[in-house]
Amino acid sequence: MSLDAKIPHGEMDKKWTDYKGHVKLVNPANKRKIEVIVVGTGLAGASAAASLGELGYKVKAFCFQDSPRRAHSIAAQGGINAAKNYQNDGDSVFRLFYDTVKGGDYRAREANVHRLAEVSAAIIDQCVAQGVPFAREYGGLLSNRSFGGTQVQRTFYAAGQTGQQLLLGAYSALERQVALGNVTMYSRHEMLDVVKIDGKARGIIARDLVSGKTERHFAHAVLLCTGGYGNVFYLSTNAMGSNVTAAWKAHKKGAFFGNPCFTQIHPTCIPVSGDHQSKLTLMSESLRNDGRIWVPKQKGDNRKPKDIPETERDYYLERRYPAFGNLVPRDVASRAAKERCDEGYGVGTTKMAVYLDFKDAIMRYGKIEAGKTGMLNADENTIYQLGEKVVEEKYGNLFEMYEKITGENPYETPMRIYPAVHYTMGGLWVDYELQTTVPGLYALGEANFSDHGANRLGASALMQGLADGYFVIPYTIGNYLADDIRTAAIPTDHPAFVETENAVKERLQKLMSIQGKQTVESFHKRLGKIMWDKCGMARNEQGLKEAIEQIRALKKEFWSDVRIPGGIDEFNPELDKAGRVADFIELGELMCMDALDRNESCGGHFREESQTEDGEAKRDDVNYSYVAAWENTGESNWSLHKEALNFEIVKPTQRSYK
Amino acid sequence: MEHYHMNLTLKVWRQKNNAAQGKLESYQVKDISSEMSFLEMFDVLNEQLIAEGKEPIAFDHDCREGICGMCSMYINGQAHGPWQKNTTCQLHMRAFKDGDTIVVEPWRSKAFPVIKDLVVDRSSFDRVIQAGGYISVNTGNAVDANAIPIDKKDADDAFMAAACIGCGACVATCKNGSAMLFVGAKVSQLSLLPQGHPERETRVLNMVAQMDKEGFGNCTNTYACEAECPKGISVANIARLNAEFLKAGLKSE
Repeated sequence: MSLDAKIPHGEMDKKWTDYKGHVKLVNPANKRKIEVIVVGTGLAGASAAASLGELGYKVKAFCFQDSPRRAHSIAAQGGINAAKNYQNDGDSVFRLFYDTVKGGDYRAREANVHRLAEVSAAIIDQCVAQGVPFAREYGGLLSNRSFGGTQVQRTFYAAGQTGQQLLLGAYSALERQVALGNVTMYSRHEMLDVVKIDGKARGIIARDLVSGKTERHFAHAVLLCTGGYGNVFYLSTNAMGSNVTAAWKAHKKGAFFGNPCFTQIHPTCIPVSGDHQSKLTLMSESLRNDGRIWVPKQKGDNRKPKDIPETERDYYLERRYPAFGNLVPRDVASRAAKERCDEGYGVGTTKMAVYLDFKDAIMRYGKIEAGKTGMLNADENTIYQLGEKVVEEKYGNLFEMYEKITGENPYETPMRIYPAVHYTMGGLWVDYELQTTVPGLYALGEANFSDHGANRLGASALMQGLADGYFVIPYTIGNYLADDIRTAAIPTDHPAFVETENAVKERLQKLMSIQGKQTVESFHKRLGKIMWDKCGMARNEQGLKEAIEQIRALKKEFWSDVRIPGGIDEFNPELDKAGRVADFIELGELMCMDALDRNESCGGHFREESQTEDGEAKRDDVNYSYVAAWENTGESNWSLHKEALNFEIVKPTQRSYK
Repeated sequence: MEHYHMNLTLKVWRQKNNAAQGKLESYQVKDISSEMSFLEMFDVLNEQLIAEGKEPIAFDHDCREGICGMCSMYINGQAHGPWQKNTTCQLHMRAFKDGDTIVVEPWRSKAFPVIKDLVVDRSSFDRVIQAGGYISVNTGNAVDANAIPIDKKDADDAFMAAACIGCGACVATCKNGSAMLFVGAKVSQLSLLPQGHPERETRVLNMVAQMDKEGFGNCTNTYACEAECPKGISVANIARLNAEFLKAGLKSE
């Protein structure tokens, strides 16, 4: 099977407009007869379900949480990018496009990224119209800030809770459609397989997590908006329930998986405190606007941070990357932190942390505030207090969160931070229309692979999720459904539904019948350790080969010795988790295979064999300028398809932030 | 920060399902680190129960960073436990000391029936939002985001109200089981913003009607909701709700 990305012809900046002008439409009377399933209710899923409901499609939306409002998009902190150029600082659709392709280290599809930049401005308009309370200036207009990898201010935000506010906007639009009867909501439901009829996706098997019963649901098309798979590492900034199961089932039913090894390790997270750790908490990238990152110049320096004088501090990002300083992209900042800690300059009890220090920003803001009120002779203490107030307004909730977790006050002492798994650029392979290799099966948001290449820039995940849901899928899905208007709803007693449901039930029974000795959690932790050690921030051939062997052995052990309490036909979170961990184990193997195949460094994928003299990621455009799309061909068997990446506009160069 | 370890007695509400009778059961946990979160302590207990061949305790949780609103434990008689402006998942064990006994119950309210153990059904909140907690704007209808300037104070107040995470601590903690803080926060957010004005009257009337229909109680100004709210949502939002409701009521007559 050859991959067709279906990129429209024509000039880059005309493609999307031309596509929209010529795409097939479904008339309103026919839309009422067409059913669409949306799995997941984060930014991509909620915005898609609401928008398709508004258009008149009959939508069924599913989420595993108790309410669609709790999807993990809710936890996104820093902001959302849009090429509005409200700051008059030279931003444009082209610059956002350029920054994103470059930030992704030239491993994203140009046409998709350009479309993303084009629709970005409309997202902000839509959200404001919904009542999303973005931060504003005194004149009543919207405020912006900077994020990593860019030199303009294009990030819109709502304190450190931007994801929450955007999701609640999309959620309210979704609930409005529920009230109007256009969307039926299935909360506490988990998708456990895709139903295919004549090669097309025609529905899903879902499990009601309260009753434990499996259900059959028909649709003309199925949208997977199920987020990323960072929890394959066990410890990540993802929610506890975030999982790969829906995407993985789709993969096993024929959807290719794109660039599975592309993982984003976020530089600023609260460090691990012990073996009990169940998840990691992000400290927003927006903090790097004002915080300065440093370690002591002297190895193993055990003094308190405030006792280390300025001259004995190494602001290593400012030293290594003077042009971007503390605002280098995430992959670069993460590797630099790891490098310092590996060399023995780390701080804190575990020595696996660096400082993120706000003292200078507090003093700077304090002086401005003192100036505003004419306090020309204010002492340092007063200035500090005034500055604290400004910083509190910008980042108050993050500082509070840090103090709750660590018991330390970041206004008084620098934060300790370390990189952690945060986002997965890889995901189901999709074409320009967001359709996977299974006709009628789409993937939106973090669940697809398409827009961020090998490294995502900050504040771009929210942009992509909402772009896909509000402004892309409502057009592209029509192109498929227009040919489907004569397809009547297929009754769910069709043999394909019966067979698929039986297979799902058999697997549940198999899991329950093992009755071994080890808990699901213990397997998940072991998988996470293998992945973090060998397929984490730095990867090499030997380690990846070892990891593949270890994961295969772990899989065997899991299926012969896992212990799941309770029964199938009841509320049983351990069983839910067991199914997810079983899928993570299989995904882990594929991620290592992909990382092994890609013998180059790019973005968040760092192969130790491929680096420049000063330790930067070294791409190999001659051999690896492609999207790796993996087809599952049986147990532990995959074949690799390559989608060549052609750069018409942004010519690949060695990425430099110096 | 000094770290320490502790042994604890837990008294946890166990209830097989909505129809079953529930009761408090006692458990011992040992060697709990003060650096653990409260839910990580529950993970330890659950792993212990599974190893002993017993059924683990069902509890709701997801983001574990205080924003999704899923976690919901009533700890020693307080929604989300002893810390102020805090969710259960952000509560850390340094709030307790060696030898403590901790009582953990589910949210208790007529409108939040128990599903199992500490897990309750809060879908009534979704239905209240369905009644009007939105601005009716279809995708693609919006004007430029800067076309309507909004007073910074109004925008800030709207944000403070919109910070509600929908966890239901306000209802669980209220002696009347009232959802006025939750409803007031949404009504305030949307009536403070010009975009919300066209529907402000029908919105408040419909949301309040749905709130009553779901079986939530009335507000008698105890303000326990504000005290226990993990996001510090102010009772000023209840005052705004009352004002909006009165105005809308007068106008509709």
